[in-house]
Amino acid sequence: MARVVVEVMPKPEILDPQGKAVTGALGRLGFPGMSVRQGKCFELEIDGELSGERLDQVRRAAETLLANPVIETFRLRVESEHRAEAR
Amino acid sequence: MTPRIGVVTFPGSLDDGDALRAVRLCGGDPVSLWHGSDSLQGVNAVILPGGFSYGDYLRCGAISRFAPVMAEVIRHAKAGMPVLGICNGFQILCEAQLLPGALIRNDVRTFVCKDQRLRVDSITTPWTSQFEPGQQITVVLKNGEGGFVADEATLDRLEGEGQVVFRYLEGNPNGSRRDIAGIRNQRGNVVGLMPHPEHNVDLLTGPSLDGRRFFMSVLDSLHVAA
Repeated sequence: MARVVVEVMPKPEILDPQGKAVTGALGRLGFPGMSVRQGKCFELEIDGELSGERLDQVRRAAETLLANPVIETFRLRVESEHRAEAR
Repeated sequence: MTPRIGVVTFPGSLDDGDALRAVRLCGGDPVSLWHGSDSLQGVNAVILPGGFSYGDYLRCGAISRFAPVMAEVIRHAKAGMPVLGICNGFQILCEAQLLPGALIRNDVRTFVCKDQRLRVDSITTPWTSQFEPGQQITVVLKNGEGGFVADEATLDRLEGEGQVVFRYLEGNPNGSRRDIAGIRNQRGNVVGLMPHPEHNVDLLTGPSLDGRRFFMSVLDSLHVAA
């Protein structure tokens, strides 16, 4: 069992109204100078061994459904080691 | 024969009933289509209605785009069948890559609900053929994620090839690039827009009857084709 984290972010040139709202709220709460962009994070529990082929599958899943390549970029992070330690 | 216009109902669609009613008022034969079916029941055109299909989970339209009925909608759209996406339907068409670009949260960060002035910039589509070029109309706009975005090259191409169908007038309500309210594909049979023509077919509930021309256009186009 492995865990792959897919991090999805709006492309830099795409307006991020949610991030702007959070930035504004932080300023009002006394946390100035923190400019926020808001993305999404998906944790995928992968059955079986995480082969290169399986990782390619995860990448295809990310670009097919989890992210919209027109407005978003994504990054894969494998967390299998971390998970083994946690046990 | 009266053209049969299908309206797809997804879980979370809201304006499917109004779209069916608009088709009927304008003289078409409305056909209710179900998201889970892989049949278009022999309709001559399809409308993807407004609403919040699948709760807008993940991204607006991202999950609906893979509903069983969409495989057929995409196949027929590519073969030239008239398809109109209204609001959530526009978002679904972009997610399905039948139209370029994407819709993101309004720059004003609020839900916008208003009678919107628009200019018709393309009448070479089956959904706008009954308008005059450059005609100004009023259609209801109501959405939280209506900001049209695409990269500069795509925007240039849309403008250069006359694929911008509607533009916002009297102020940009949501941050859409180049005031774009609606676009069409290269062939012209697929049109998507954020405003809701199906709500402007009856003076009891709206300030104009400008929405009727969308449905009269497609009925006329189908009669001509037949």
